[in-house]
This record gives sequence, structure tokens and C-alpha cells, in this order.
Amino acid sequence: MPRVVVDVMLKPEILDPQGQAVANALPRLGVSDVASVRIGRRIEIDFTGEPDLDRAREIADKLLANPVIEDFTVRLVETVDAQP
Amino acid sequence: MTARVGVVTFPGSLDDGDAARAVRIAGAEPVRLWHGDPDLRGVDAVVLPGGFSYGDYLRCGAIARFAPVMETLVDAARGGLPVLGICNGFQILCEAHLLPGALTRNQHLHFRNRDQVLRIEAAGTAWTNAFQPGQEILIPVKNGEGCYVADTPTLDELEAEGRVVARYVGGNPNGSQRDIAAITNPAGNVVGIMPHPEHAVEALTGPSLDGLGFFTSVLKHLVGAPA
Repeated sequence: MPRVVVDVMLKPEILDPQGQAVANALPRLGVSDVASVRIGRRIEIDFTGEPDLDRAREIADKLLANPVIEDFTVRLVETVDAQP
Repeated sequence: MTARVGVVTFPGSLDDGDAARAVRIAGAEPVRLWHGDPDLRGVDAVVLPGGFSYGDYLRCGAIARFAPVMETLVDAARGGLPVLGICNGFQILCEAHLLPGALTRNQHLHFRNRDQVLRIEAAGTAWTNAFQPGQEILIPVKNGEGCYVADTPTLDELEAEGRVVARYVGGNPNGSQRDIAAITNPAGNVVGIMPHPEHAVEALTGPSLDGLGFFTSVLKHLVGAPA
């Protein structure tokens, strides 16, 4: 059964101090060619029946993202069956 | 008759006890309200206290907004019930869209706790009428996600309508835009504040008694308000 994945990201104009902190740590790893890092959240939703993208969008708009500061995208991904 | 001021406890609320005590010291009767019960028990005003409701999961205040008590509270607040959201309570009021904007991670990423000077800019609200406009007060601030953000039109609207209730003075503890520490809705009955007036109501435990003014204000407001 496909799974719904919601990606939530801070809007580009909102400062992301977490991402900045990570970007600032990269030179300590010897990485010097990263211009910026932004951190978001991935949420996986499994419906009891067929996945419903409209329903997922509604959930994301009401609860998973705060539209004042965040944007979100909704997509389907195939899940790999765990059984051998 | 003694005014009855509700204090809501969510799972993870931290300052509900201090808020109830501040209400009592101000001369009102604190009424404890429960997140899972939509009944506001006929209170005259409500305080949403600080803490970490629902563990701050997802976003601060995001899950508390859907608590049964909030359904009743949002309608009552739109009808004029005075509501004060302190710290996590401010975050809940923004998530519930009773106040504009949002509170995000402190810009420097550090949790800040210290005594903080604020300037009262709007002394006409239900929760600040005991202060003089421009009065400076000292109350504790303690937050990790207290950085107030909103888009420029919203900030300009807040300024133009005199809805910035208090600003940080002598250093902005969290990076809030335009040093905003507290705002109100257009009617002035809903106020969100990031620092903690309920921790500055007694000489023994607080840096001042300045916080008491928020709680005496609502009593003044209720006396003047039509029944």
C-alpha cells in the first residue's frame, strides 16, 4: 500500500537557526563548499484504506504545518513489503 | 462578587500553579480548568499558563490548540472573554489563530532565563490597564522558542493599531522581530506575552511585584465590563 509523505519546511524568508548551526559546524568536518542548510520535517502517514492525498493535505494544513511560517508538500511513495 | 479567573492545565503545563496563585494574590478566585473538559465553569477570564503542553511535540502549542477546552475557549474569546496566554499559552493562542504570527526557536538557539525589563506600549487592553503607557517593568523571561515572527504587513498592522502590548528593553532575549514581547487582538481582550508576569507577584520569589498588574488589570476590566 502506498504511503503518504508530508514534507514541512520553514518558509524561505523565515530564519532557520537550527540549519545555520549545522552549516556553521560543517567546516569542523572539513566541509567548506556548503552555502546553506535548512532543516525541515518529514511525516509519514499510512491510511487504513486507500491513501487519500486530499485528506493528507487537509491534515497538513490544519495540524502538521503552521502556514504562518511553514510550507508543505504532499506525495505518495511506494512502501517496500517487510515480509520476505 | 469575586471575579473567577480560570487557569487551564494541559498535560505538560508547568506554571499553572503560579498562575492560579497570582490570580489569588490579585484578589480573584482561581478556577482550575482541565484541557480535556470543554466546560469553562462560568469563569470571567482565562489564563493559559506556561510550560510544555503535549511535550511541545510537532510545534509548541500545535496539539494543545485541538484540546476540547480550546474549542469552547476560542469561541468565548471571540465573544470578548479576556484571555491571557503566557509563554506556552502565547504559543497556543497563535496556533489557535486568536493572535497573528508565530513563535519560533530563539535565534541564538539557547534557552534564556533571566529577569527582563519590558516597556508597556499598550495600556488599554483587558490585561494591562493597570499600567501607564511607556511604563517599564521587570519580570522573568524563560523560553527556548520565544522568537516572535510575522510577515511585514502583519507587523505594520500591529504597530499601526497599537497592538504591540510590550517590548523588550535592554536586550532582546530571543530575536523577536521589532523586540515584541506581547501582543493583543483587535478587541484588546486576548493578550499573549512571552515573559512571565505570574512569577513576579511576591517579594520572596520574584524580582519585583510588577507582574501583579496584569492580574489586577483584568479585575478592573471586569468591573467596567457590561455583565
